[in-house]
Amino acid sequence: MPAKKLNLRKRYELLTRGMGWETTYQKMDDVFPYDSFEGIKITDWDKWEDPFRLTMDSYWKFQAEKEKKLYAVIDSFAQNNGQTNLACASYLSAIKLFITGVTPLEYGAHRGFAHLGRHFRGDGARIACQMQAIDELRHAQTQVHTISHYNKHFSGLHDPFHQFDRVWYLSVPKSFVEDAMSSGPFEFITSISFAFEYVLTNLLFVPFMSGAAYNGDMATVTFGFSAQSDESRHMTLGLEIIKFMLEQHEDNLPIIQRWMDKHFWRAYRLLALVAAMQDYMLTNSPMSWKEAWDVYFVENGGALFEDLSRYGLKMPKYHELATAESDHISHQVWSVFCSLGNATGFHTFLPTEEKMDWLSEKYPDTFDKYYRPRFEYWAEQKKAGTFEYQKGLPQLCQVCQIPMVFTEVQTDPMQISYRVTEHGGDKYHFCSDGCKDIFEFEPEKYVQAWLPVHQIYQGNCGGPTLPEVLDWYKFKPEDSGDYIGSKDYQRWQEWKGADKKVKQA
Amino acid sequence: MAIIAKDGYVDNVRDRVENFHGNQLVYVGWDDHLLFSAAWAFPLPPEMPFQGLVSEVMPGSFNDHPDFKKIDWTSVEWVLDGKRFSPDMDKSLKDNGVGHKSLIRFKTPGLTGINGTRL
Repeated sequence: MPAKKLNLRKRYELLTRGMGWETTYQKMDDVFPYDSFEGIKITDWDKWEDPFRLTMDSYWKFQAEKEKKLYAVIDSFAQNNGQTNLACASYLSAIKLFITGVTPLEYGAHRGFAHLGRHFRGDGARIACQMQAIDELRHAQTQVHTISHYNKHFSGLHDPFHQFDRVWYLSVPKSFVEDAMSSGPFEFITSISFAFEYVLTNLLFVPFMSGAAYNGDMATVTFGFSAQSDESRHMTLGLEIIKFMLEQHEDNLPIIQRWMDKHFWRAYRLLALVAAMQDYMLTNSPMSWKEAWDVYFVENGGALFEDLSRYGLKMPKYHELATAESDHISHQVWSVFCSLGNATGFHTFLPTEEKMDWLSEKYPDTFDKYYRPRFEYWAEQKKAGTFEYQKGLPQLCQVCQIPMVFTEVQTDPMQISYRVTEHGGDKYHFCSDGCKDIFEFEPEKYVQAWLPVHQIYQGNCGGPTLPEVLDWYKFKPEDSGDYIGSKDYQRWQEWKGADKKVKQA
Repeated sequence: MAIIAKDGYVDNVRDRVENFHGNQLVYVGWDDHLLFSAAWAFPLPPEMPFQGLVSEVMPGSFNDHPDFKKIDWTSVEWVLDGKRFSPDMDKSLKDNGVGHKSLIRFKTPGLTGINGTRL
């Protein structure tokens, strides 16, 4: 008589509980050497509940179905020359930033979760991390496959992983994910699953995926749909792990609060690149950075932390500053890219009149007062043929590694926010109190930061001149500079004729 | 603070002055001229006279701003690592107290940027 088929719950239990055991030949602490040094106390791993109770066979089945659909769409996109349906080829600057800055983050997350999938002592948590490791790898791969179509027609998409390890502005996402990966497993999962994927993920994915939809990029939209169900599972995991840690021992609270403060700030700083993308790179922006911040952080994040307050967890430190900065950061970051646009792997372009009017409407308190004048000044210079990219390498923040462009938005938005501390006889500079606090808690970690500007001056980046450094980045000459007149622009003109969206710039 | 790492950290101060081939890093920022989004970083010999910074190094990065040519250098207000200071133009950076990774800010009274916008 055949064995009775087990129900899903039973199978999940066997998968996640029956697989682990108390080791006797070796000490448990030797088998799982990573999950205790951070000070997190776990008294009963069996209290860990995966909210989805996903078994491997259903996981494979589900993912295989999504893959089939995605690759069918990618094929038809290629066959129908889907790239010609974009709003404008300048939109691809957003996709160039995505493939070089975000896709390698997915791969970093894959590596991190693979590590946790081996090193968490609880087998339920291990299984959840293993599945997420596979998800993240799948995301990195499918993003490469989806975007590779554009690589056939446009510049700047040819070597994202090489560039991630070298390029000056890509050190921002790289240092973020490597900070998490070089932490212990509990800090890693707090950083990636909670601070990033739960609290802030909508601020990353909504701009890119709705941005894609608003700009005719159906390939990226399809990828977004394919990843969406994974992301919601990851978010749930993020919340679950936080609650689990908080419920296991009261001593865990201050540790988690510190990680929350730190990784909120780090992830938020990274998102400054996304803010610039959202407000400036997208030809048609579905919503402004400030609107997205108000909905996804102020409202949704506020409700989340209210819910978590019963555990004693408070809103992350400096969240008020982040909200005050939401009126400024996209303009500040896009300004620095425009002024150093001969060293970016994507095309920069000044906002059109139409775009500036949209920005005035979305940022009534700041755009006309602080930011419109610089774009108009540069536009005049471009018109007169006197515009030049700025000559120099900017001072970088030791922690977030973004050029020190952020200002004292609460007191004087035209004054750069300078912070400094000393350690071991050397000075370290920061863009904010948030970054300074992170350094001061663990200076031994951040004195090792690979700051691109300093590395160029140490002679480690191909040579002392800009062309040598760009060559070392594997940027081709056609990758950088103004969109107008670029190879992408010329190709687009051949396909589409007059390019209304950017001709004013 | 406490080191939270399984095996501690290796001692790797990546930007120690010895790594800059005889130079030290100096950051220079021009207050009220935010057309330059950030201070610039320069690798400079500590023996360079302060005058050399002003006449040879700074123009390379700041000259494109129309205010730069209008600067009255006798009225410039200098801030070194957060403190007002009066550099001796003939003395070296080092003898003026400019160290590795010092931040020099300068204010140019009367010059308020493009159309008075502090850009």
